[in-house]
Amino acid sequence: MSDTLLEVRDLSVRFVTDDGATQAVDRLSFSLAPAEVLGIVGESGCGKSVTMMSLLRLLPETAVVTGEAMFGDSDLLSAPPAALRRIRGRQISFVFQEPMTSLNPAFTVGRQVAEVLQKHLGLSRGGARRRAIELLDLVRIPAPERRLDEYPHQLSGGMRQRVMIAIALACDPQILIADEPTTALDVTIQAGILDLMRDIRDRLGTAIVLITHNLGVVADIADRVVVMYAGRKAEEAPVHELFAHPQHPYTIGLLGAIPRRGADRLQEIPGLVPALAAPLPHCAFAPRCPRADELSRTQVPELREIRPAHLVACFHPGR
Amino acid sequence: MSYVEVTPSDVAPAEALSPRARRRRLLRRRIARRPFAMAGFFVALAFALAALLAPWIAPYSASTQDYNAILAHPSSEHWFGTDELGRDILSRIIWGARASIVAGVLATMLAMAIALPIGLVAGYYRGWIDSVISRVTDVLLAFPFLILAVGLAVILGPSLTNATIALGLGAAPGLIRVTRGETLALREEDYVKAAVANGAGDPTILFRHIVPNMTSTLLVQITVTIPAAIIGEAVLSFLGLGVQPPTPSWGVMLADAQSYLSLAPRLAVYPGLAIFFCALAYNLLGDGLRDVLDPRTTR
Repeated sequence: MSDTLLEVRDLSVRFVTDDGATQAVDRLSFSLAPAEVLGIVGESGCGKSVTMMSLLRLLPETAVVTGEAMFGDSDLLSAPPAALRRIRGRQISFVFQEPMTSLNPAFTVGRQVAEVLQKHLGLSRGGARRRAIELLDLVRIPAPERRLDEYPHQLSGGMRQRVMIAIALACDPQILIADEPTTALDVTIQAGILDLMRDIRDRLGTAIVLITHNLGVVADIADRVVVMYAGRKAEEAPVHELFAHPQHPYTIGLLGAIPRRGADRLQEIPGLVPALAAPLPHCAFAPRCPRADELSRTQVPELREIRPAHLVACFHPGR
Repeated sequence: MSYVEVTPSDVAPAEALSPRARRRRLLRRRIARRPFAMAGFFVALAFALAALLAPWIAPYSASTQDYNAILAHPSSEHWFGTDELGRDILSRIIWGARASIVAGVLATMLAMAIALPIGLVAGYYRGWIDSVISRVTDVLLAFPFLILAVGLAVILGPSLTNATIALGLGAAPGLIRVTRGETLALREEDYVKAAVANGAGDPTILFRHIVPNMTSTLLVQITVTIPAAIIGEAVLSFLGLGVQPPTPSWGVMLADAQSYLSLAPRLAVYPGLAIFFCALAYNLLGDGLRDVLDPRTTR
């Protein structure tokens, strides 16, 4: 196996509606290695989810996606729909933020797990059921034989998210994309889910892309981090490097917003992520940045490698 | 990890049922707690059984004439009296239930068979096909249901079969609108998005995720459409567009009763009451089902 599983180059996503256009992602590139956990971090509205959904072409038709996403020999962004359906759920699978509503209320969870197995792997009913029990066991659902015959509304949020992960893992995918998988869950359950995901990576070698706004989650589980701001990559580094030597003022701002023992109060970053009609001709963070100057306000900072494997898009990096 | 797990041994042994059976039992209890719905259910069932078992339970055949009892008052021999030809009214009402129930149920099934696929296509694929379907249903909905059914029945010609077809076609536009609306709402559900992300194609989405989740809405629509079709059949038969004499039908009986309204009003009262109670029963049943199946009260 090569050392990159997924190679995304110059991905741009634009939403064109009657109310005007919105530039959600602007020339984003990143790669994913086998069995790697990549964290994608940013505030709400910075394009994290849109980026990952665009890779499996799950966005509505109003989205205009350009660029390239090489998965093996095929470009996900131009693959024919039938080929894409075989990749979805089988080689690349998705876990969504809302475990409470992501399961079909009309069927037992067992049938929903089994359905993916029957569809993608062609297992028999009995075989799918046996495998479903194994999967529920893998995601640490107690008494899986019994849980299998329960309906989603009989399970707690944490349990449902485990079922969603079981469905995502059913076909032994190479990539698991988890979009804020723990946001809707309470803190003790969050820890359990993250623990489970780490365990899955270690045991099955599944690469995981974890979308989150929570740097604490990233510190806990990710190998490498991409920090996004307003549809662009602000900074990318291995997780220890990022926490030890954050370079981009936005990253530093995010780190300041993590609750810490002893700190007086949380620091916030003033302002909001802008919604953009078109790519900005300057640093997108400039209006909120304490270091912004004439240069930031007139030119777009390109990504540069400031330390080994550490990329940053800022004219004034450093602590 | 530390959450409390409830194992079956913690709860009463009666709960050791399968989840499906438990849910059914819950639904039965919810219905039982609604007396009007229960009454509706039993009356509707009684009418259906009367229609089915007419040859065995009707005291006379629908056309047997008793020349000693023309326009007779109710008596032990003829519980509801007799009509102008000496036919037993109770028997004719029991036989007449056949036309009503057949027309009510079959017209509703026809309407559903037309509306479900069309509504699904419109709501799921949207775009131009939705625009076309929606505009056509809007135009059809501009005509009151009965006017539409009468018009269609006139075109098709008078018979019970044609009346049923006319009623089914007449009821379809409303049902198309309901299925389209439900489909529009359900296709945005998170579990539909999750299914797409897991590689599900359109047939899977439609028949595993959308249709099963609108069954309660459709069930209620069915119980509302059945009484409307029953009344519709009576109207068409009354107008001579449905069941043809001498076959008994409540609408035909009402039409015949007109000439004797001052002399023997009961000729109109009994079939009128039959229509009233039959339609009311299905309506109450439908209301009860809607309450019981409302997801906000079930979960």
